[in-house]
Amino acid sequence: MKKKVLSVLLAVSMIGAMLAGCGSASEQAAAPVAEETAPAKEEAPAEEAAPAEEAAPAEESGAAGEGTFALVTKSAGNPYNEREAAGFEEAMKAMGYSDSQIIIRHPESATADAQITTINELIAQNVSAIAIAANDQDALQPVCEQAASQGIKIISLDSTLNAASRLTHVNQAGTQIIGQTLMDAVKDLAGGEGQWAILSATSQASNQNAWIAAMKEVMEGEDYAGLELVEVAYGDDEYQKSVDQTQALLTNYPDLKVICAPTTVGIMAAAGVLQDKGSAVKLTGLGLPSEMADYIGTDNVCPYMYLWNPIDVGRLGAYTSVALVNGDITGAAGETFTAGEMGGYEIVEASDGGTEIIVGPPFAFTPDNIDEWKSVY
Amino acid sequence: MEKKKFDWKKITGSREMSLVIVLIVLCLFVQIRNSSFLTSETLEDMFRNYAVIFILALGMMCVLLTGGIDISIGSTLAFSGMAAGLVMRDYMIPTPVSFLLSMAIGAGLGLVVGMIITKGKVPPIVCTLGFMNIYRGLTYLIAKSQWVAAYQFTDSFKNFALTKYLGFGLVNNMIAVTIYCYIIFFVVMKWTTIGRRVYAVGSNVEAAAVSGINIGHVKIGVYTLMGFLCGLGGALWTSLYKSAQGDMATGIEMDVIAACVVGGVSLTGGRGSVVGVFLGSLTIAIIGKALPLIGVSQFWQSAIKGLIILVAVILNVLAQRTMDKNNLRRREM
Amino acid sequence: MATKSGRTIIADQPFSWKTFFLKWEWLLVILFLGINVMNASLSEYYLSGAGLFNATNSFLEKAFVALPMAYILVLGDIDISVGSTACLSAVMLAYFYNLGVPMGLCIIICLLTGTICGAINGLILTKFTELAPMIVTLGTQILYRGIAEAMLGDEARGGLSSVKWFSNLYWGKIGIVPIMLICFIVCAVIFGFVLHKTFFGRRLYAIGANKLAAEYAGIKVQKIRMIVFTLTGTFAAVTAIFLAARMGSTRADIATGYELEAIAMAVLGGFSTDGGKGKFPGLILAIFIVGMLRYGLGLVNMASQFMLVVIGALLIITVMLPNIKSMFKVKKKA
Repeated sequence: MKKKVLSVLLAVSMIGAMLAGCGSASEQAAAPVAEETAPAKEEAPAEEAAPAEEAAPAEESGAAGEGTFALVTKSAGNPYNEREAAGFEEAMKAMGYSDSQIIIRHPESATADAQITTINELIAQNVSAIAIAANDQDALQPVCEQAASQGIKIISLDSTLNAASRLTHVNQAGTQIIGQTLMDAVKDLAGGEGQWAILSATSQASNQNAWIAAMKEVMEGEDYAGLELVEVAYGDDEYQKSVDQTQALLTNYPDLKVICAPTTVGIMAAAGVLQDKGSAVKLTGLGLPSEMADYIGTDNVCPYMYLWNPIDVGRLGAYTSVALVNGDITGAAGETFTAGEMGGYEIVEASDGGTEIIVGPPFAFTPDNIDEWKSVY
Repeated sequence: MEKKKFDWKKITGSREMSLVIVLIVLCLFVQIRNSSFLTSETLEDMFRNYAVIFILALGMMCVLLTGGIDISIGSTLAFSGMAAGLVMRDYMIPTPVSFLLSMAIGAGLGLVVGMIITKGKVPPIVCTLGFMNIYRGLTYLIAKSQWVAAYQFTDSFKNFALTKYLGFGLVNNMIAVTIYCYIIFFVVMKWTTIGRRVYAVGSNVEAAAVSGINIGHVKIGVYTLMGFLCGLGGALWTSLYKSAQGDMATGIEMDVIAACVVGGVSLTGGRGSVVGVFLGSLTIAIIGKALPLIGVSQFWQSAIKGLIILVAVILNVLAQRTMDKNNLRRREM
Repeated sequence: MATKSGRTIIADQPFSWKTFFLKWEWLLVILFLGINVMNASLSEYYLSGAGLFNATNSFLEKAFVALPMAYILVLGDIDISVGSTACLSAVMLAYFYNLGVPMGLCIIICLLTGTICGAINGLILTKFTELAPMIVTLGTQILYRGIAEAMLGDEARGGLSSVKWFSNLYWGKIGIVPIMLICFIVCAVIFGFVLHKTFFGRRLYAIGANKLAAEYAGIKVQKIRMIVFTLTGTFAAVTAIFLAARMGSTRADIATGYELEAIAMAVLGGFSTDGGKGKFPGLILAIFIVGMLRYGLGLVNMASQFMLVVIGALLIITVMLPNIKSMFKVKKKA
């Protein structure tokens, strides 16, 4: 008899503990903002977006406008995604929306599967708009259609959804521009001719594949005839695998002059390998300034590289969501709107048949400006 | 009596021989396809990159020997590596302190796992499955989803993976640490009572208990040791990659377990050797390093890896069977 | 025979209310109710309209593979290749659909693929009985996913949602009840019936309690293991069908980690990895506990980092609870 009572007590206390755990979870989550020692100027208050009590109906808070706006990033635990979320939140607040109207979700893994679950939960909360950095452009279509049928405005940012699933896409930089910019960098670093290789993320990453395709297209031009692309290697955005692949590239192609890594993990891994080996191979691509600060320098492995500002991507995502919900735009090409202090933007045709908004050209990180940027993101 | 002892040695020796032969064939095949494989540079790269797997496999062997399993090691590694990395970022502590800190944290995490398995009587796979999630979640939380970037580590820490001072100028520090670990484990497992106790618990729990071994202590000990090695692995990992990321070492547990089973460690406990574990880890390292070198299509690499693991363990069984049969025949005579 | 086979363990005991309420399942019932109360009080959306039914859609496709996983655990075995099997089956389905094969046939191909994968596991395990199932299924886990990667490379195969009836397997509803929920209930009832009310089910427990004794008692242990592993492959393919319907396209990285989720569900439901233990109602409760907890925490937008910690702690603490009880008992005696 005692045993029974005991087990029931334990079970009850455990549930109690879990309840308490959830309560304290939101409190703890709020804490990082205050304690944050990280160098970033806009800190990412991502998790605390919507603690339990604040899931109250949006109308109560009034302020700028009504509705709840959600951002779904690619996955948790990645500073890039945190920056994007920080930008989104900052812009929403600048427009006068309250904490309870902003929902930021980082799925637990970088899969379409996890994003579908997340979006389902957002649909159940009757949000007004969802901005998604899609992990898979087609696999989210059914759930996005479901959301759209309930009147939720769906846009993608950073990484695109297919044309049928989205109203528009916030593109960090035009695919063609990135292809052109990276090819010019490769040509410059190779001294006009020679062998070069690409170290990409996963073989399935739609962003990277689009950029690689754009680079190959640019390379067909006469100016680039001296360059020979020897291999596209895939590091799966895993550090160890990227290191292995870089070392294999160096062993297999002794005459290699340049490696171009259009992925933040890959470029970091490759930079480490090249520096350790004291290799003469030069590196460029797309990388996070904080992670790459050690390797950027005129005489260093990576003379310069590019990226856009993920904070701006998040910001523009917020302005676009709000404009759609307010009916200022519908997502059709040719429409224009004002994105707060970011200025005016125009919606243009995208190559996949949908529409997109281009944030701006990729930004070059050089030895001159890297110290200033490495503490930002 | 003496003769019987001799037979046993021969068997363990030749069980590992079958793996050595597989490895030699594999290496020769790769070498023919790409002559840069068996060069000191490639080999050094390989041992350096896979040092963590080599070291973790030792701990995993002890856990498996007691009949347990630990699938939380990737998360434990990430947590201790990240925690030490954060302290280094904020306080610029010296390299040895950072290593000790990481190892202490790892040992603490392992101790918790061991306590819950033995005192709470939770099956090891369930307990470590739970902790795999818990420690990973905590890793993200303590880091507030940030990474510790290369420029935030001290130079001496970053240079640890590049220099050779622990290896007396002959081999890289990472490799030196691996070698030391293997020497210590080889001696301890073979010639000390501690080693014998671990084997005893795995091969026959009742007999071990009767003979006065505290089963609970041994089990807690192996999980703590596993955690300790994860801590070491975490420090090595962050030093090697000059970056601490929340999702580092995800899925490494499967590679480590594969290394152990390919090396002949039994999952039911009581059987396995340090030499076997070395060969098993070597197999995993060679597969990872060699396949990109011989131009195997990216997309076929996992399939080949899975196939090699299956073939290796099946060959192991076949070799064991023939040996048992020969053994029986000899006894009959 | 009955005594030697270890069947005494599950032989009918005289009914008493005391033992009835002391069962593991009651703990789960309490947990389940607790979680629902918690969710309902935390989020106003939880109990709204079709919300609860929709919630089942977010986790049930994984639950199909937890059903045979319970059988495997009863046997004292384990299968960590189910995620990869599901992935390969889904990839085959989409691959052949894109070649112009009619969807009905694709589903059969998908089920066949899963069955073959399961049969390969079973075949290796029964031919080489020395090998631990963990090793073999670890090898096939890597192998099956590797084959999927080799087939698709860097591409996705999609367009599946253009077949409305296929898409409706996951998204469709009869009234407000999702079709998938109905399918799951049917499967769960069949699995539960077979495990608890048939001779086959009793044999599973006998093998799990004492493999050697079961063999001496004339039970064809290896044949039964073969059947169960094959069945698991088939149900991994069932999961694959719903997953494909959910996403409308497949890649080589889908269903990663499903094996661990299925094992966690079964263990929480009272099935021990040591074999011979567990009752089916417990599994069903556990599936809904984990699923509803995740959904509820998702509704209040809890960060996934916390979610990982909560789910892990739930698993360990729940499994530990009955042992804490026995720890107290030992202390009293001493």
